[in-house]
Amino acid sequence: MGTSFGRGGATDFPGDLVNSDVIVIQGSNMAECHPVAFRWVMQARERGATVIHVDPRFTRTSAVANLHVPIRAGSDIVFLGGIIRHILETEQYFREYVVTYTNAAAIITEDFRDTEELEGFFSGWDEKKGQYNTRTWMYEGVNPEPAGGARESEAGKKAESIQRQPIQAEKTDPTLQHPRCVFQILKRHYARYTPEMVEEACGISKELFLRVADTLCKNSGRERTGAFVYAVGWTQHSTGVQFIRAAAIVQSLLGNMGRPGGGILALRGHASIQGSTDIPTLYNILPGYLPMPKAQHDVDLETYLKLNESPSGWWGEYRKYFISLMKAWFGEAATEENDWCYDYLPTLTGDHSHMNTVVDMVDGSVKGYFVMGENPSVGSMNGALQRKGLRALDWLVVRDFQVTETADFWRDAPEVVRGEVKPEEIPTEVFFFPAAAHTEKDGSFTNTQRLLQWHHKAIEPKGDTRSELDFIFKLGQRLKNLYRNEYDQPRNWPIRDLTWDYPTEGILNEPSAEAVLHEINGYTVADGKPVEGFTSLKDDGSTACGCWIYSGAYRNGENQAARRKPHWEQNWVAPEWGWAWPHNRRVLYNRASADPDGRPWSERKKLVWWDAQKQRWEGYDIPDFIVERPPSYRPSREARGKDTISGVDPFVMQADGKAWIFAPTGLQDGPLPTHYEPQESVMPNPLYPQQCNPERMEWLRKDNPYHQPFDDPRFPYLLTTYRLTEHHTAGGMSRWLSWLSELQPEMFCEVSPELAMERNLKNGGWATIRTMRGEIEARVLVTERIRPLRMRGRIFHQIGLPYHWSTKGLVRGDAANDLIGFVADPNVAIQESKAFTAMIEPGRLSKAHYKLKKLPSREKDRDLPRAQNKPETKHGYKAFEAKEGNV
Amino acid sequence: MAAQKGFFTDTTLCIGCKACEVACKQWNQLPDDGFLFTGMSYDNTVHLGASTWRHVAFVERPVPMKPGNDGAFSWLFSSDVCKHCARAGCLESCPTGAIIRTEYGSVYVQPDVCNGCGYCIVNCPFGVIDRREEDGRAWKCTLCYDRLRADMQPACAKSCPTESIQFGEIAELRERAEKRVEKLHEQGLNSAYLYGANAAQQPGTEGLNAFFLLVDKPEMYNLPPNPTVPTKPAKAAWGSMAVGVLGLALAAIGSALLGGRERAS
Repeated sequence: MGTSFGRGGATDFPGDLVNSDVIVIQGSNMAECHPVAFRWVMQARERGATVIHVDPRFTRTSAVANLHVPIRAGSDIVFLGGIIRHILETEQYFREYVVTYTNAAAIITEDFRDTEELEGFFSGWDEKKGQYNTRTWMYEGVNPEPAGGARESEAGKKAESIQRQPIQAEKTDPTLQHPRCVFQILKRHYARYTPEMVEEACGISKELFLRVADTLCKNSGRERTGAFVYAVGWTQHSTGVQFIRAAAIVQSLLGNMGRPGGGILALRGHASIQGSTDIPTLYNILPGYLPMPKAQHDVDLETYLKLNESPSGWWGEYRKYFISLMKAWFGEAATEENDWCYDYLPTLTGDHSHMNTVVDMVDGSVKGYFVMGENPSVGSMNGALQRKGLRALDWLVVRDFQVTETADFWRDAPEVVRGEVKPEEIPTEVFFFPAAAHTEKDGSFTNTQRLLQWHHKAIEPKGDTRSELDFIFKLGQRLKNLYRNEYDQPRNWPIRDLTWDYPTEGILNEPSAEAVLHEINGYTVADGKPVEGFTSLKDDGSTACGCWIYSGAYRNGENQAARRKPHWEQNWVAPEWGWAWPHNRRVLYNRASADPDGRPWSERKKLVWWDAQKQRWEGYDIPDFIVERPPSYRPSREARGKDTISGVDPFVMQADGKAWIFAPTGLQDGPLPTHYEPQESVMPNPLYPQQCNPERMEWLRKDNPYHQPFDDPRFPYLLTTYRLTEHHTAGGMSRWLSWLSELQPEMFCEVSPELAMERNLKNGGWATIRTMRGEIEARVLVTERIRPLRMRGRIFHQIGLPYHWSTKGLVRGDAANDLIGFVADPNVAIQESKAFTAMIEPGRLSKAHYKLKKLPSREKDRDLPRAQNKPETKHGYKAFEAKEGNV
Repeated sequence: MAAQKGFFTDTTLCIGCKACEVACKQWNQLPDDGFLFTGMSYDNTVHLGASTWRHVAFVERPVPMKPGNDGAFSWLFSSDVCKHCARAGCLESCPTGAIIRTEYGSVYVQPDVCNGCGYCIVNCPFGVIDRREEDGRAWKCTLCYDRLRADMQPACAKSCPTESIQFGEIAELRERAEKRVEKLHEQGLNSAYLYGANAAQQPGTEGLNAFFLLVDKPEMYNLPPNPTVPTKPAKAAWGSMAVGVLGLALAAIGSALLGGRERAS
């Protein structure tokens, strides 16, 4: 999403779904995993919208949708590519929108070659490095910067060689006829994604596919809009980012972005996941999506800033945000003379995303680990490898409500129970801290729609339980005390100069959460007064701001996130409930809800418009645009920064202000979504000789074995994992609670009656499920909700596995994630846990370890020779946003 | 007397999230029912009982939701609850007066009066009320009497994200429900109907204060097709017995008089 439109967040808010005429839920089981937000889907359905659920399983979402479309897990790009082709073939795209607001008219370099020409590769593949050089994907003659996505796709390259210039408008063909314009490239790229191909690759009948495609097209245009909803069912694939890109293309072609009832809604997995990327827990970004400095080339402040600010678009303001952040962190110590303490920041030397960190633990280079609000022993892929990493640590800190499996990995993990590992031989020292619940602390959640909602403490935390804020604050104070006598050494100056002076309150002397919000919002250094928003930030050190995109959340010294004006006292956008970043805008890119002249596309789909009398943008929502910039404004050639945004550029964060149908830069694995099979599949790639995403991240090691790429006789079934309404992810918040545990008391697998017959599985009985990573047992639920798919004259079976259980809590069971290997998307390092292969047998897990038949590795079937020299475990710098869904 | 209150549960809006079950248990602090995997779709609490006062039924059926829909399959959800019958078998059979009708028209078990005799259990045609083994007393939905007294709606209705459970004045709910059925019929869902909305529809209970909109036979949802409160025929029986007794008495008196006359004559 960041690469396509400029920001990684959901472009819409769930409440706006009531305005949709069609809602496609794909890669999400919204009714089960987001039941509260699903109320708006139900309301839309009651108002006549068509709700379509595309999913391998018939779930509670499918049950209330107008149409359920069963799909083979991992084949979504064929399906979406088929829709793109259908839109183009039947000429149902929103022409005026496409020409003006997307980069469909842009002309791409002469050197660009498509996957159609190169057996599934784009031009620029570097066989030795095993990755793309993206130069040939550029617009002709220009080099726009990506607003999101991998701003570091050319890691290691010398700064001087990166050229920067604003995009030139004359390199476009508004007639969309130029053979090298994005529109024509798109047409050629998806020419073979026919309804027949969809049937063959996805297992969806031609008729059903055409019904979906037509419904989508008929409900888009001036008068009507449609929305896409996705969640981790899309992100957790080795091509996950490209799934979302494909939806971005569909929505751009249909003119659904920035409009009421339109957009793409990324549903976050749990409370404040959006917040944890905005003010990141991620290794590679600073607050507000500012990239972390890289050791190899961000050698000083000027180089770092030069590499990250874009001459055109909003990122021209980069310097203001970064320097204000340094002022917030290092206060008076940060001065122009010392480069605002730039040297204090750690610099990245490589990829430290989750799976690499675990592997580094196993290999001994990571010694200590803080685990807060996660239970990786259960919730993360390849549980055995996770626990192997934990066993190699010197120390482990776990903060949770309960002593989770991760805290107790040394006591009752499966390998300990089996006797393979002895607790007395594990050297890791484990510290467990009980955590306070949300009712026991002040703070905010940032949810799916980028909305900050404040929660006030209702009761004091009991016993030793404390909030995260309190823990981190007091840890910082202790660190400062520990280093106090060594402040003469420059390496300790970052700790010395860190501003760590939040006022404390209450009987537990906890830091004030509002004071933290004040810092995040930003203030003028001279008088500490909160700034109005990020447009007030300066690059001269006179302002401080902890996270520029959140600037405005504490406007006028009022906690904007704590606003609770009911919806019946304001307009339907409800701008006075909580506060959304950026600038409290609820529908991103809403400039696109008006035509190029600034008039709403239709009365029915009115959102913001240009008021010629007032000479400003007005509307129900806060305009996501420069409010005084008239639609007629065109930048001069000399313009830089914000001035390059023309009056018809709704995607203000993009270097060229357009929605990117074709991503000339910003992605590692291609400018257009291309279908590759999962790492472990049931069939060869029906479209290209190259089987898998050539850029995917693999960990080729003995403790992370892979099956054969397809047709592995030992693992003939396709497996997908998911959550249930009744439990919370890895179970830390639900398996200890009787009211939830009784609703889904045991680990189970879902199989079709046909597969049950084939494997002699009995409803209510037991089954053993096996991969090369591990074996688990589960109760059997035979149901017609799982349907075998017929493709290429063969029947394929899919097995469904929820992943909530493990060895502790009121209800126990084996952990599905023990089956999954480490494989990841190259852009954001998210694991592939939604499609892989496995074997299922009747009966419980036997004590004796099953001996797998050894078969030759068929790695060569996975990659063409040119893609076989990938680096094994080190993957260079990865993306901008590397957590769940934020792409 | 306050307005008569109740539930209209529209199963076509239910998404099977079970928030009602959890909210009910949390508000009323009810214990679990045991942790048993049933293998019956996503239903692991099976039925209403002493500790489960809301229960979501999951019906997997091999027919489409509407005729002409794709796929010969649909999955129905329905949140079941105590019906607070207009003629409540439990109340009428309670020998201690523990079960009363409240000012809201709901049927309420006073736990401090209940002696655990169990008559109510066999007299509920829906199998709703049950005795908790550990304390012996009978328990069921209270229509959140304590919440109503504090001007709050019952916990289940409050927590329902999709307005499948609607709480309000019964007369108004009936009106709303009838309109809803009409609308669904217009949309082609001809199988939609109301279950127990009034005495005419369900004479055996004289109507339910918690009634339902269903799309298949009641049995599919584990509801009786023609529930009859046992005390109702019993009353009729008492009545006919009374007529009989009266007749006998008259006959006896008559014969006595006649006999007397005979004797007198």
